Formats: sequence, structure tokens, C-alpha cells
Amino acid sequence: MAIFITENSKVIVQGMTGAEGTKHTKRMLASGTNIVGGVNPRKAGEKVDFDGNVLPVFGTVSEAIEATGADVTVIFVPPAFAKAAVIEAIDSGIGLAVVITEGIPVHDTAAFWAHAVATGNKTRIIGPNCPGVISPGKSNAGIIPANISGPGKIGLVSKSGTLTYQMMYELREFGFSTAVGIGGDPIIGTTHIDALQAFQDDDETAAIVMIGEIGGDAEERAAAYIAEHITKPVVGYVAGFTAPEGKTMGHAGAIVSGSAGTAQAKKEALEAAGVKVGKTPSETAALMQEIMRSIG
Amino acid sequence: MSQETRVDLYEYQAKDLFAAHDVPVLPGDVASTPAEAKAIAEQIGSTVVVKAQVKTGGRGKAGGVKLAETPEETQSRAEAILGLDIKGHIVHRVLVTPASDIAEEYYFSFLLDRANRTFLAMASVEGGMDIEEVAATKPEALAKVPVDAITGVDLAKAQEIVALAKFPAEVADQVADVIVKLWDTFVSEDATLVEVNPLVRDPQGKIVALDGKVTLDENASFRHPAHADLVDKQAEDPLEQKAKEKGLNYVKLDGQVGIIGNGAGLVMSTLDVVAYAGEKHSGVKPANFLDIGGGASAEVMANGLDIILNDEDVRSVFVNVFGGITSCDAVANGIVQALEMLGDQATKPLVVRLDGNNVEEGRQILADAAHPLVTVVDTMDNAADKAAELAAAGV
Repeated sequence: MAIFITENSKVIVQGMTGAEGTKHTKRMLASGTNIVGGVNPRKAGEKVDFDGNVLPVFGTVSEAIEATGADVTVIFVPPAFAKAAVIEAIDSGIGLAVVITEGIPVHDTAAFWAHAVATGNKTRIIGPNCPGVISPGKSNAGIIPANISGPGKIGLVSKSGTLTYQMMYELREFGFSTAVGIGGDPIIGTTHIDALQAFQDDDETAAIVMIGEIGGDAEERAAAYIAEHITKPVVGYVAGFTAPEGKTMGHAGAIVSGSAGTAQAKKEALEAAGVKVGKTPSETAALMQEIMRSIG
Repeated sequence: MSQETRVDLYEYQAKDLFAAHDVPVLPGDVASTPAEAKAIAEQIGSTVVVKAQVKTGGRGKAGGVKLAETPEETQSRAEAILGLDIKGHIVHRVLVTPASDIAEEYYFSFLLDRANRTFLAMASVEGGMDIEEVAATKPEALAKVPVDAITGVDLAKAQEIVALAKFPAEVADQVADVIVKLWDTFVSEDATLVEVNPLVRDPQGKIVALDGKVTLDENASFRHPAHADLVDKQAEDPLEQKAKEKGLNYVKLDGQVGIIGNGAGLVMSTLDVVAYAGEKHSGVKPANFLDIGGGASAEVMANGLDIILNDEDVRSVFVNVFGGITSCDAVANGIVQALEMLGDQATKPLVVRLDGNNVEEGRQILADAAHPLVTVVDTMDNAADKAAELAAAGV
């Protein structure tokens, strides 16, 4: 099955005709993603040729869905216009919106998240400021390079893009059901917990790698969730053990999270939940290799 | 260090923003010399407080906040405070503001609630002291009220917050009015934190924001051109300043191994791996954090190397790149071009680890260049070890 995207996903790209959108639409097509069109109100009705793949441009997300049956949108719209683009996606009722855009003001993210909640959370949001989601060999919604690893039974969820790539590379001999980069912004849609639950429910996923980094308390909350709800083996990694304190945490913010937000605190919380935590990416990969060999 | 982009303001800047949104503050002005402080006191014409402007707490205990009854005393107080080192922050400016009589002290803030993906109001009638202490010892005295990002804070919501925090009846209306204005500040300035501690009632019953803290979201700078003037250039490390001008995400640290990588997570991870490797090599540590980003070009690599090689503390450099979007041949070309540009200025050994997109081409480019300072190592762990070893030998 994989999670969030499969071989049946029909993908549209908001911002397909911009520089980033064009570059990554080509890459997604090359990795076998079923892209059915793009959205740009100023270029509605035009067609764009991507190395022989001719894709229609629609004026709105709703029109694109009506014409193509799209169920996933990947958003490359620049920061100033991203809030409107995500709200449009939510209002269209599309099932998944992957927000790649980096640099969205947090008040804008808070607003589109509140809008998603107020309208009944019908659209899953991944990101913003994330590399997207890939189910190798099936579909690729975002900017994760498709050639790092093939399909397999490991599920991966990470805040960081390049650490996602590094970990996929280290574990390429086993392959991945799905790898999802949830983004490192202060407010994100899909969380570690959401991805963990989806992997737990996915028949094709045998074990899970979870990558976190300093700041906030998402990893601590994920640890508590794992202890309660996740029965598949989980291996963890947290970046930033030696990062100096005081660079990310605001004074009042530390009270809300009830955590220091340090890598050590996150590691201890994960270990208390039975998660094996590596000190480095290679050590983490070694822990997962051991699990995969024992599963066979 | 993470991908958060924030600009912390000084108290006087925070109060300027408050004033612009009609939040009641005391008059006053900021001085960078004792003579300027004296002139401000003369204008105020009554007893003043001279307050160190630093982005850290505990100013009072460190001798950074003093009363002065005359302009002459203001001058000597300012002289003593300017240049003070408060927890590593040197005082470059003081705020001179009228001394106020305080009947009661309260606490108020709006901030981002990451866990609940919304905003939060926090209020307490136990203000003036360290709010973390209140939260730890008397949690019932700190009201935490979620705020919806779309509906925000109108007068009714402000009155709800006032009631939950149990503000005294005689100030409830005034405080609610101030809360609405603070929400206006929070939203229209794209702040991620607006904190007033203390919010005071003076003996005449008037509510005043006596001290303030504001953090702005740099991602929103495209709709706030005026915020550029609030970024503090003086306090930044000169290398950090130079990196900022080049658009690089750089933080100076206190070690000897220069670090360049792509992506915040991978760079943070690289710092860890180098620090662990350093334990075996005379305790050398990472000298910096430098993220050249996901789509790093040759020019960006050259700019990054230029900054790191100009850091006197650096003994060796570790370039750690996983080519995802970036291709390794572009990174390798960037290294070769940067070394050509730097010429004789480049005297420190470089350890390079490349993996991912076009890795073979990238390694070939470095092998062909055969630069005497460059060592290519095939894994992140081995490269970190080599970089630490070279740094330890160079100390």
C-alpha cells in the first residue's frame, strides 16, 4: 500500500510554470509520478510540454480536479502567495496537499492550518518547507530524489530534507515503502505522530525510522505516542546534540512545550518508549539494518 | 540553528512598536553615550531609570538597571552600565525612561503554540518575577488561553482572558483594551512573541507596559520593509555579518573544525559527528554551522569556503554534501573554483565527503584537480575523523 501516495495517485502541481515548479515537475515525471496537470490562474488553458509529456494548465484547483480526478497537489507557489494557494487546495476538497515552499510567514501557516481545522480537516497537509513524500517505484510528490533508494519495507519520517536523503542512502539495500519529509517549520500539517500511525496501519511497512532535530517537543510527544500505539519496531535519530543552547528556544516558548527541546531530552524520551536511538546517521542505519535482517 | 527565522528586538524597539499600536508605554529614549543619556534625562525632568539594552534576562541583578535622580547622576549611571558584560552580551545602549511608581505588577504574552499549531495568550496577576518560576511553582496563577489564528482576539476574547487570569475588577476593562492592542501588534507586525513583563498598574490606576519583549518572523520581512532597520548589526559576529550579506545561514561556534554542508538537519548532524570524532583527537570541536542550502551552486560553495577559511580559529575544514537536488559535480566544481579564487590565502586542509546525485563525476573532478589541500573521504564518519585529526595536528 505505502502511505499518503501510491501508484494510483493523480498529482497536480500548483506553481508548475514557475522555475522551481518546472524543474521539479520534470523530475517527478521522470520518476514515474502520474502528474495530470498544473494550476496557474494567469496561464489557464495553456499546455506545457515536459520532454514530451504535455500537461494542461488549469485556472483553479477545483477545475483541475473536475477535469482530471486529481487527488494530490504539490505546491511550489512563492511564500507571499502560498497561504492563498493552500486555502484554495483545502476548499477544493483535495485529499493531500504537499507544501514545498520555504519561507512562509508563520502567521500565514497558522491561518491555513486553522482553516483546515475549521473545515473539518478534509485535506491532509504535508509541510510547509518540506521535501515532500515518495513511495519509491510508485509515486513522488515533491523534491526527494527518486534514485537514492528503491521500494522496500522501511517507513521513514523526518523533519529534515538532506537527512532524509542520507538515511535513504544508508538503507538503500532494504528500500522504503514511503519516506515523508514533514518539514522543520514551527507549524506543520502532518506530524511525526500522523506518519507513525499511518506506517503502523500500512501492510507494506515492517519497521520505521524517525528523524528529529532540536527545538519544540514533537519528538517527546511522538515518543509518548509510540509507547501507546506503535507495535512495529522504531529506530530514531535526533540531530543537534552539540548545538549550542539558546539558539532556537524563546523564553516563553520553553514553558509551553514543557521541554528544554534538547537532543538529549528527545533521545531519553524516545528510549523510554522502547525506541533504539543512534548517535549518528550511520549508527542509526546500523540499528535498522539489524532489525531488517532479523525480520528477514 | 533550525530553520526558524527570528529577529529578537531590544526593549526600546519593542516599546516603539507597542507605542505605534497604541499600547500604553512610558516616554523615554535610547542613548549610546553617557552625554546622550544626560540630555534625555534633562528633557524628562524627573527621576529616571537607566536600563541596559541587551537581549537577555537578569539585567537588574547584573547591575544593568539603575535609578537616577538628576541628569548628572543619569550620566554617571549610564557610564557605568554602557560596556557592561551581561551574560556575554555587551551593553551598547541604555534606555532612559521616567521612574514610575508601581501599585501592582502583572504578566502578559502572546506567542506561538507549536504543539497545538496555533497561538496562545498567557496572563498572570503575579508579574514582575521570572514567569518560568511562576509556571513551575504556581501553575494555577498562569492562565494559558488558546487563540484561533483566524478569529483572533476581539474585545470579548480579551475579556475572557482577563477573567481567566483573574485580573482585579477595577483594571479589567483597561487590561482587556491593552490586550486587544497587543494582539494588533502581534498580528500586524508578524510577531511570534509579544511579551509584557511587567504590565503594571500605577498608583493612579493606569495600566502601562513597563518592559517588553518582541520576536519578529523574518520570513514575513517581504511585507514589512521597515523591519530591516530593527535587525541588530552591531552585536553580530563579523563573520556572521559577512555570511548574512552573502545570504548564507552561518553561526560561529568556538571550535577548530570548519563545517560546510547542505541542509540544516545534515549540518547539525555533521556538528555532532565531528564533536564525537574530536573526543579522540585532543577534544577539537566544530568551529561553525554553515548550511549552503539544498540547491547549492559553485558560487555559494565559494562564498562559504571564503568565510570559513577567514576564521582564525579554523584548523581544518569538513565539506559534507549529500547531493539530492544539488549535484556533486557542481559542488566539486565549486570547491575547485573557490580554491583558485582564494589562491595563497587557502592554507587549511579540506576534507570532502560527497554522496548522492552525480557522485562519481564529483569525485573525479576533485581527483583531476589534485589540490594538495584536499582529501576526499568516502563516508561521513571517516571524513569527520580525518577532519578532526587534521585540526588536532594543526593546533
